[in-house]
Amino acid sequence: MIFQSTEHYILSPELALAVNAAVTLEKPLLIKGEPGTGKTRLAEELAASLGTDLINWQIKSTSKAQQGLYEYDAVSRLRDGQLGSERVANISNYIKPGKLWTAFTAAKRPVLLIDEIDKADIEFPNDLLHELDRMSFDVYETGERISAKQRPIVVITSNNEKELPDAFLRRCFFHYIRFPDKDTLTQIVLAHFPTLQADLLTAALEVFFDLRAVDALKKKPSTSELLDWLKLLLAEQIAPSVLQDKQHQGGLMPLYGALLKNEQDVALLEKLAFMARRAGR
Amino acid sequence: MWPYWKNWPLWLVVLAVDMLISFFLTLRKYGLKSSITELLDLLKALQQQLIFASTDDFYLLARLCLVKDESQYDKFDRAFAEYFEGVESLDLAALIPDHWLLPGLIRQLSEEDKAKLASLGGLEQLLEQFKQRLKEQQEKHAGGNKWIGTGGSSPFGAYGFHPEGIRVGQQGSGQRRAVKVWDKRDFKDFDQNAELNHRAMQLALRQLRRFARTGQATELDLNGTIKATAQQAGWLDLKFQSERHNAVKVLMFFDIGGSMDDYIHECEQLFAAARTEFKHLEFFYFHNCPYEQVWRTHQRRAADAVSVAQLLQTYHSDYKVIFVGDATMGPYEITYPGGSVEHFNPESGEVWLKRLLDHFPNAVWLNPQPQAWWSHYHSIEILQKLMQNQMYGMTLDGLSGAIRHLSKRH
Repeated sequence: MIFQSTEHYILSPELALAVNAAVTLEKPLLIKGEPGTGKTRLAEELAASLGTDLINWQIKSTSKAQQGLYEYDAVSRLRDGQLGSERVANISNYIKPGKLWTAFTAAKRPVLLIDEIDKADIEFPNDLLHELDRMSFDVYETGERISAKQRPIVVITSNNEKELPDAFLRRCFFHYIRFPDKDTLTQIVLAHFPTLQADLLTAALEVFFDLRAVDALKKKPSTSELLDWLKLLLAEQIAPSVLQDKQHQGGLMPLYGALLKNEQDVALLEKLAFMARRAGR
Repeated sequence: MWPYWKNWPLWLVVLAVDMLISFFLTLRKYGLKSSITELLDLLKALQQQLIFASTDDFYLLARLCLVKDESQYDKFDRAFAEYFEGVESLDLAALIPDHWLLPGLIRQLSEEDKAKLASLGGLEQLLEQFKQRLKEQQEKHAGGNKWIGTGGSSPFGAYGFHPEGIRVGQQGSGQRRAVKVWDKRDFKDFDQNAELNHRAMQLALRQLRRFARTGQATELDLNGTIKATAQQAGWLDLKFQSERHNAVKVLMFFDIGGSMDDYIHECEQLFAAARTEFKHLEFFYFHNCPYEQVWRTHQRRAADAVSVAQLLQTYHSDYKVIFVGDATMGPYEITYPGGSVEHFNPESGEVWLKRLLDHFPNAVWLNPQPQAWWSHYHSIEILQKLMQNQMYGMTLDGLSGAIRHLSKRH
């Protein structure tokens, strides 16, 4: 096994197999899953455990595939031309390597993270097909060809906002990170809070899973929110008994702000607690 | 078994590859769009000895290489179950031929079980009973002690403990692992044709929002302004572009009561998803077919009634209309005056529906009935015609299709 669970990162066997297959067969690994299930963390931990660099290419709605390869700064060249600078003769002075270029020419096989690829324009993945397949591209301005010294480990994450083209998908391994079950989540929590009391953990997890079971929530809390919440619970020294009290603060768990991210969800939960109280009477 | 083929005789390698290919063809049969490139990837991965002689690992590896979307996971699970266990999944239980039930069953029986079985009248009788229950039972079932399903003590179903039980959807010894991963079918929710969940509905409705972002041009277009100003040699020339707010307006009509009770859950989900998605949204309720009046609340009290004529006055024709109903009723309820089951309607439902459709050209009908049943109901055919074939099933595909139609300009 190339990559296994670390002290702070719990890896499911499914995901471990996926990562190891992608590393061994040198294919990009496409990771999907609910927000907060550790997609980005995976790349960070992978780089750390391999002792190599993580090159993070954060995709935005305005990102272009070309920016990942290189950018040609025509404006400064024009300005230098006006000023009569020496640099202007050499066009490569104005070529800025992008993330993919950096990854291709790195001394040690790096991990390249293409984060949230679905944020970009719909054509973005198609523009990267050849580069990810052959791991080489041409710089038109200088006629140079940049090829990868060794194929970087490519991890791509997506939040499913847009569908990715078939041709792109065929070139990737695909893994869907499921929301962890209670046992895995306990492991994850203990990896972050080794000294957490057992009764607080049980009570907190129960509240957390009850909350996730509410279907109409706009944003279901995820692992990262659970960890934040636990951190707050510890800081405020909340007792497990407070968590078990279902009618606390009109049905809201203590420090609910860490779990619920919009006011409709808070209102919904209050309403549910109110209905439960009436039914109990 | 696969990774060891380096030491295998040639005929065995050929056999193994042949097995993989028929596995691949099983996947294709289930509608997965895996290609040969991906099959070769899988072979390469096996050659690299990433896994060792474990069907569970093979399941994960094959899924990693061959499936590219979580909505396809369920298809893969079913195909995998069929290929590796010779089991048709529960959904297809009605098609199960005797020949797999019998050997599968006998293999599972101990001598003691066989003796107990005799008390129930023997295997043939059990099979007869099984098929009869299948006919009676319409839905998937878990728990309980009569129906075919999972986890109960009925003789039929999986993971149960009735000694004479027939297992459905689970086969094999369960020695190494009680429940097979692919057998759990955890990804059923993600299948495109599976029932919709709340999130899936919102994703589908979002498509309508994106389109709605084009509207009247009221926002200042900075780039356009600079360009135009430059062309005018410095004379300020303001350019506008459309605002990016959600301007779509939607009217929803829900069929309520009677046969729609079976679909209350789906309708609630759609209702909740729609309410969070659209700002301009009005709900109305009707029973079976819209006539001269509809209701604002689902109790349909007289005080809540709104006449359709008034509705046509109030709402401009740029509202998009979604009917939700199973369209299952007597044909006369649509086509004849006085056909309504609740009151005497002077004009037929057809007339009123046509009026609505004439006024709101952007309209679709969502039908929660499984599409395969539609052809059995004459009333669905009539409404399908009235709606000019804009009737869609309440699946992710159906909803997407409906939203696509609504987003077209008319």
